[in-house]
Amino acid sequence: MSERPFAITLDVGSSLANRTGDWRTERPVYVRKLPPCNHGCPAGEDIQGWLYEAESGGAGYERAWRLLVQSNPFPAVMGRVCYHPCESACNRAQLDEAVGINAVERFLGDEAIAKGWRLPEPHAPTGRRVLVVGSGPSGLSAAYQLALRGHHVTVREQADRPGGMMRYGIPAYRLPREVLDAEIGRILAVGVQLECAVRVTDLREAMRAGAYDAVFLAVGAHVARHAEIPGGTAAHVIEAIAMLEGLERGERPQLGRRVVVYGGGNTALDAARSAARLASPAGVGGAGAQEAAGEQPFSPTEPTIIYRRTRERMPAQPEELEQAEEEGISFRWLSTIAAVDGEHVRIERMRLDEQGLPQPTGEYEELDADTIILALGQSADLRLLAAIPEVEVTDGVAQVDERMMTGAAGIFAGGDMVPAERNVAVAIGHGARAARCIDGFLSDVAVGPEPMGELAGFEQINPWYYSDAPRAVRAELAGIRRQSTFAEVVKGYNESDALYEARRCLSCGNCFSCDNCFGVCPDNAVLKPGDDGAPYAFDLDYCKGCGLCVTECPCGAIEMVPEEV
Amino acid sequence: MSGAPDDQVPIAGRDGPSAEGTPRGAADLRFYQTGTFAVGGRLLEQSERTVQSDAERGNAITKGHRACQGCGEALGARYALDAALHAAGGRVIAANATGCLEVFSTPYPESSWRLPWIHSLFANAPAVATGVAAALRAKGRTDVRVVGQGGDGGTVDIGFACLSGMFERGDDVLYICYDNQGYMNTGVQRSAATPPAARTATTEALGRHPGNDFGQGKNAPLIAMAHEIPYVATATVAELHDLEAKVTRAMDFHGPRYIHVLVPCPLGWGSRTAETVLIARLAKESGLFPVFEAVDGRITAVSRIRRQVPVEQYLRRQKRFAHLFDGDGRPDVLERLQAHAERNIARFGLLGEADRAGEIELLDALATGEAGP
Repeated sequence: MSERPFAITLDVGSSLANRTGDWRTERPVYVRKLPPCNHGCPAGEDIQGWLYEAESGGAGYERAWRLLVQSNPFPAVMGRVCYHPCESACNRAQLDEAVGINAVERFLGDEAIAKGWRLPEPHAPTGRRVLVVGSGPSGLSAAYQLALRGHHVTVREQADRPGGMMRYGIPAYRLPREVLDAEIGRILAVGVQLECAVRVTDLREAMRAGAYDAVFLAVGAHVARHAEIPGGTAAHVIEAIAMLEGLERGERPQLGRRVVVYGGGNTALDAARSAARLASPAGVGGAGAQEAAGEQPFSPTEPTIIYRRTRERMPAQPEELEQAEEEGISFRWLSTIAAVDGEHVRIERMRLDEQGLPQPTGEYEELDADTIILALGQSADLRLLAAIPEVEVTDGVAQVDERMMTGAAGIFAGGDMVPAERNVAVAIGHGARAARCIDGFLSDVAVGPEPMGELAGFEQINPWYYSDAPRAVRAELAGIRRQSTFAEVVKGYNESDALYEARRCLSCGNCFSCDNCFGVCPDNAVLKPGDDGAPYAFDLDYCKGCGLCVTECPCGAIEMVPEEV
Repeated sequence: MSGAPDDQVPIAGRDGPSAEGTPRGAADLRFYQTGTFAVGGRLLEQSERTVQSDAERGNAITKGHRACQGCGEALGARYALDAALHAAGGRVIAANATGCLEVFSTPYPESSWRLPWIHSLFANAPAVATGVAAALRAKGRTDVRVVGQGGDGGTVDIGFACLSGMFERGDDVLYICYDNQGYMNTGVQRSAATPPAARTATTEALGRHPGNDFGQGKNAPLIAMAHEIPYVATATVAELHDLEAKVTRAMDFHGPRYIHVLVPCPLGWGSRTAETVLIARLAKESGLFPVFEAVDGRITAVSRIRRQVPVEQYLRRQKRFAHLFDGDGRPDVLERLQAHAERNIARFGLLGEADRAGEIELLDALATGEAGP
C-alpha cells in the first residue's frame, strides 16, 4: 500500500478485465453459403472452391485441379464444350463481367494433361461389381466415381472407341481428340475396365452373366429424328448426327454444291460448320482428303441453316452461333422446308404467334440446294429395356427417381436417355449422383440429397472492395483459317490470363482471408491465426455485437444471429 | 518535400490498385480480387498489406474498452496509433485530451492503452504533448515520438488555442483529431465541427431552420494549413490504406503535423452500429468530407471519389438528419447540402482532373477566411 503514490488507492488494471461481450444481443458467425456458380453447375463442381486454390498460382493449380476432379474427371473437355451456366449465374456479371470460369477450367485441365497429374487412388476393393452401359460423359463419370469408392466397374460401349457424344457428336474443332483420349485414359488408369464394340441387348442376362450387383445405363440419344418432307427421296438428304459420327470414323460425306442444314440446335451448328470445312479442298485434312478434292471440285459455298423460329429462340448456344457466322454460315430464320426436289428447297415463311410458336404464313420461296442435312434432334435407343417392364419409359426417355434409379431395383440411368437437358455437364452430374446413390444402394445406406447452403446472392456482396477488372478474352482462330481446317477454334488462356481470371472471383459467400473483419472490429474481438488462409474466430468475451464485420465483409461470409436469452 | 499537385501521385492512385486501369501484363500481374481495398489478403505481398492486417499489430487500444458498439473513434484511434507505432518502431507517447476517447478507455484504474499515455484536460492536450516533446529533447531522446490526440470538441473548440500555439512554435508533435462532429461524451452537443442542418442536443430540429445553422463552424485542416506546418492531412475510417499511409508519412516529418480523421458516431449521428465504416465512405464519396494531403501549406494530393453518390444517400442513414426527410421533407436544405458537396468537389478536384480554378478559389478562400466546413 505504501508504495502507491499519493491519493492512489487501486493497482493499475487493464480493460481486459471488462468483458464487454455481455453487452451483445446478436453475435456474428462465420458461414459458408452456396455461391451461384456452384448452384448453377450441373456437374456439381465446387467452382468457388477450386478458383480459390487456383488464385494462389504455382502449386495452387494442382490443388485446384484435385478439388475439381472430385466432381468432374473431364476438366479439359468441359473447359471446351460446357455451356457454362456457372458464368450466367456469376455475381461478378453485375459488377463488370462474369468470371471466365470455363476458360480457367480448361487451363487447369490442360495443365493436368501436360504435367501428367493422376486421379486419386481408389479405396480398398469392396468386392461389389457394377456394370456401366455406355462410355459417354455420364457413363464414364459414374464409372470413375464408382471405381474411386472401391467397386469393380465394367464399362460396355457399342462403338469402337469410348467417349460417346464427346467423340461422335462434338466435332474436333471444338474438342481435339488427344484431349479427350488423355482424360479418358486417366479414368481407365484408376481401374475402370472398358469393353468396346460390345452391344448390350439383354440387360438382365448381362447382369447375371457378369454377376453385377447394380447397373448404370447411359446409352445416350443418337437416333436421329425425322421430318416428313415431300419429295425427300429425290434429294440428297443426310442426318447430321450420322454425318458427324462418320467424320469421326474417317468417312467423308458426299456433299453437293449447295448445302442446307435444317434445325436450330447445337447439332445443326456442328453439322453446318463441319460442312463448311469439308467444302474446302483442305477439308478433312491429310493426303486422302486432297485426292478426294481432286475428284470432286467444290466451289466453297457456305452452308445455310434453316430454322423455323427466330435467332433469339434458337436453342443453340449464342457463342457457337457467333462463331458459325464468323465462318460464313448464313441463316434463314422463321422458315420451314416444305418440299425438296434435288435442285431446290421450297421454304415456307413462318410467323410467331402470341405464345411464340411458329405458324405458317402460306408464303413460299425457293432456295438452291442439292444437299439437305437434317438436325432435328435425337432420341434414345432403349431396346435393351424392352424386357424389363419395371422401367417406365415416357416420351422416349427412361424415368428415374431422385437417386437416378429406374423402377427396377439396382438399375440406374442418366445422361441423354433420362428426362433432362442434354449436355455434357448434365451428363457428368448424373453420373456422379448415380454413383453416390449406387454406392448407397450397394451398402444399404439411404443417400439423401446433397446439403445445399443458402444461396449467396449479389445483395450479400459488398462491391466496394472489388476493384474493376474486365475479363480476359480467349483468342480464337481467324475465321478464314477455320474454313479449311478442323483445328481447334477457341484457344486457351495462358497462365497469366488464367491466374488473373481466377483472381476476379468474388468468392461469394465464402471467406477468402481478406482480413477485413480482423481490421474493422473496433473492439479487437476478431482473432486472426498467424497463418494466411486459416479461419478467423470471434472473441465473444469482448465482441459487442455491432455487426461492422458483417457489413464490411466483401463476400457475405458473416451473419448476425440473435443471442439466446 | 512539396510539389505541384499535378506531378504528385494522387492518393487514390496510391491506394487504388493497378487493376483500375489495365491490370493485365504477364510480367506484372498485380490484380487481386479486391485490389488493395481490403485490410489485407493472403495473396498480397507483405508490403501491400495494412498494419491492421498483421496478427501482431500494436493494438494501441485493446479490447474491454467501454466505447459504444460500432464506435468509429475507437476504430480510428487504433488505426492511427498502430500505424504510428509501426512507423516509430513502437516508441510513441500519446497525450490525450478529455473526451469520449479518454473516458471510454481509462475508467480508473483500468486502461485500454498499450503505449505510454497521458491524460490531460479538455483544453490543453497539444500543450501537454509539446511539454512531452520538450522533455524528450532535453533528455536527448530522439528515438521516441509524440502524438497528441483528441476529439473535435477538444481540438476544434476547446483546445484550439493550444493547438494553434503548438503549430506556430513548430513543436515536434503529430496531432490527430478524431472528428465525430460533436460533443458526444456529454450528450451530443454541437461543436464547431458539427455540419449544417445536423440535429444535436443544442441545435434541435425545430423552427424554420432546424438543426445546426449554415455558415457557422470552422474547417480545422484548412486552418492548420494556414499555419504552413510541414504536414496536414484528412482521412476517414473507411480508407485504411490511405489513413495508414498518411500517418506513416507524417512520421517522416519533424515539427508540427496535423491529421483530421472522420470517425462516425452511431450514438450521436443516429446511425446503425454496423454502418460506421459505410457512412464514413459515403461522407467521402458524396464530396461532403474531402480527403486530401497538404505539405507546407499546399495541397499535394486528393483522394478521388471512386463511386460518387448524392448527399442524400449519406444523410438518410443518420437520424440527426431525419428532419430533412420527414413528411414533405426539406428539399431546399438538401439542395444546399448538395451544393456544399459540389463546391468541395470543384475546390479539391475530387472527381479527378486537377481543377486549377478550384485550387485558386480555395487559396482565395483561405486568404479571405471564407473557408467554412
